[in-house]
Amino acid sequence: MKYVDEFRDPALGEVLAGEILGLVEPGRHYKFMEVCGGHTHSIYKYGIDDLLPQNVELVHGPGCPVCVIPMGRVDDAIALAHQPDVIFTCFGDMLRVPGSAGTLLDAKAEGADVRMVYSPLDALRIAKANPERPVIFMAIGFETTAPSTALTLKRAKAEGLQNFFCMCNHVTIVPPLRALLDSPDLRLDGFIGPGHVSTVVGVRPFEFIPREYGKPIAVAGFEPLDVLHAIHMILTQIKEGRCEVENQYARVVPWEGNPRALQVMSEVFELRPHFEWRGMGFISQSGLKLSEAYADFDAEITYSVPGIRVADPKACQCGEVLKGVIKPWECKVFGSGCTPERPIGTCMVSSEGACAAYYNYGRFAREREVV
Amino acid sequence: VPSEVSEREQKVLSIIETARAKRSKFRDTQITMAHGAGGKATQSLIEGLLVPAFANATLEAMADAGTVSVLGGNVAMTTDSFVVNPITFPGGTIGDLAVNGTVNDIAMAGAKPIALTLSLILEEGLPADILKEQVAAIAAAAQSAGVPIVAGDTKVVPRGMCDQMYICTTGLGVLDDRSNLSPSALKPGDKILVSGRIGDHGTAIMLARGEFELDADIKSDTQCLWPMVDKLLDEAGPSLRCLRDATRGGVASVLNELARASRVAMIINEAAVPVHPAVAGAAEILGIDPMHVANEGKLVAIVAPEAAEAALAALRSMPGGEEAAEIGECRTEPEGMVLMATAFGGKRVMDQLVGDPLPRIC
Repeated sequence: MKYVDEFRDPALGEVLAGEILGLVEPGRHYKFMEVCGGHTHSIYKYGIDDLLPQNVELVHGPGCPVCVIPMGRVDDAIALAHQPDVIFTCFGDMLRVPGSAGTLLDAKAEGADVRMVYSPLDALRIAKANPERPVIFMAIGFETTAPSTALTLKRAKAEGLQNFFCMCNHVTIVPPLRALLDSPDLRLDGFIGPGHVSTVVGVRPFEFIPREYGKPIAVAGFEPLDVLHAIHMILTQIKEGRCEVENQYARVVPWEGNPRALQVMSEVFELRPHFEWRGMGFISQSGLKLSEAYADFDAEITYSVPGIRVADPKACQCGEVLKGVIKPWECKVFGSGCTPERPIGTCMVSSEGACAAYYNYGRFAREREVV
Repeated sequence: VPSEVSEREQKVLSIIETARAKRSKFRDTQITMAHGAGGKATQSLIEGLLVPAFANATLEAMADAGTVSVLGGNVAMTTDSFVVNPITFPGGTIGDLAVNGTVNDIAMAGAKPIALTLSLILEEGLPADILKEQVAAIAAAAQSAGVPIVAGDTKVVPRGMCDQMYICTTGLGVLDDRSNLSPSALKPGDKILVSGRIGDHGTAIMLARGEFELDADIKSDTQCLWPMVDKLLDEAGPSLRCLRDATRGGVASVLNELARASRVAMIINEAAVPVHPAVAGAAEILGIDPMHVANEGKLVAIVAPEAAEAALAALRSMPGGEEAAEIGECRTEPEGMVLMATAFGGKRVMDQLVGDPLPRIC
């Protein structure tokens, strides 16, 4: 695949790994957080860990859209899916996230019309094909996916669709990062910044990280060379005593982001006063809902949802994993009570979830040679 | 302290492996689409409910076909249902699958397919032309495989109770003297071969459904694999450990099942796995691993190292096997696990499919 394979070149990877080895001080331990679940997935999928020195540790951050959805929201989604005549649409991973009584996949088996879509436009197409039935799209994701939801809603409005609704669970990336940086449990030496989010918001929103918290950050792409390159950039900053935001993903991410996408978002969405994050509690101004002008499309207004806050299962430590406080395998139920086929928490469901990535790809002791 | 941490990690990992090595339990309260996907949920249904209920040694061997002794000879039997949607797609139809799928399961037992039965479940209102077309496809596929259809059944259900037509075929084969195959026969050092590019069938079906607005010239690989097996038995018979056709759940599921059954490790060289560029592209966009995508005319062969070259040459000499490749080998540790040496130079686990990204693939 052109423009992809170039960033998976093992020879270049080896060169970069060699340079990274030259940048680390032998006695020092480096702990970097990759904010985005896409990076977590890449790191395990390509075995990037194997190319890093022992004393460079990667911890996984909160940037996995499915992982951050709290249980109560899943219950709300299931309640919507069970409304008469409703066609409920969502991304595939959401189907398997457990609510307090089952998943959307269970709701489907019980007779709810739940359909997997790959984009909000698929949901809009279903709405047009079934004008007599209400179609609800469960929107999730950070600023990466919010513009496509916004554009879809604009189109629905322009076309005067009466049967298309959105259950909005969009979230923003900066508030949880702040919450994380403010928490005392975590000692980090730097961040691998979220590439996809940055294509929309740009690099500027991350300037507070070096400025206020004194941590270097490199916004990175998702191919293995991108990730290695970002680690190289952060280590170079540390070595040279610099602390700033750098843009490794400049081939895609403009410094100022995508003004048109931001414009569309501000038309269609407004900030919620607060939004609940899985395991992290309520974070102020961290979630989006549909704006006044789009209230007619808001599934939560058109249908009443239970809206009951449900405590995470006691054993589940998704919050700790999302904050990078513990590694997936340090969770008490990892791999025993909680597996990808029978997940308790969200981090074990999504392919971008740290637990699923570690379980599916990373689950063998690396010191143990294959013989 | 890093060393202590890794000891704890090791312990967690070994607990997981012990749990995974056990036969999976069926604990679900209802059937979901995941139970039909050929991945872990299917495995729990088979190992946790069906095999214990019908407990017998033949079934417990968990091969693609069961072998039975009849009047001093050994025969292989298998059965398969086909619910693919759409019923016609680039490269084949439900009728082709119904014949080839069952014939291939017989062939994987190292048996020559000799007869098929055919059950049709038809939806009220199905146009006769569509039925005739599929009957012709079944007849042609059976003729091409050289296997007669010797009995059958037809049922009709009210409109909406099935989607156009479902087909069930049962196959009978005679165990070939040259073969001695078993899922538990793998040994460290054995080589792992695939008979060609993987993931074509699943990708073709996915594109034929038109849900993704992706366009690519990918055809289903549905074909009868007995000629290929016949040739393999000729060239590497006693050195062949096991054959599997990599249908639902893809090559990854087959390898995991075999690694578990034989208690060996496997290491797969990602760069050596043949994948059509368009299949790789579609998989990339949709976030699917081609190793999890279904095939309908590809086999995985595990061969003793000394016969690997001959087996590979045998595969490559046959139609549909031109791009056969050696993709990895069996090792000792970590037992029961399939690992992938990534093209980028790292290592990772390659597990079975979880969930159901692509329902009704066959």
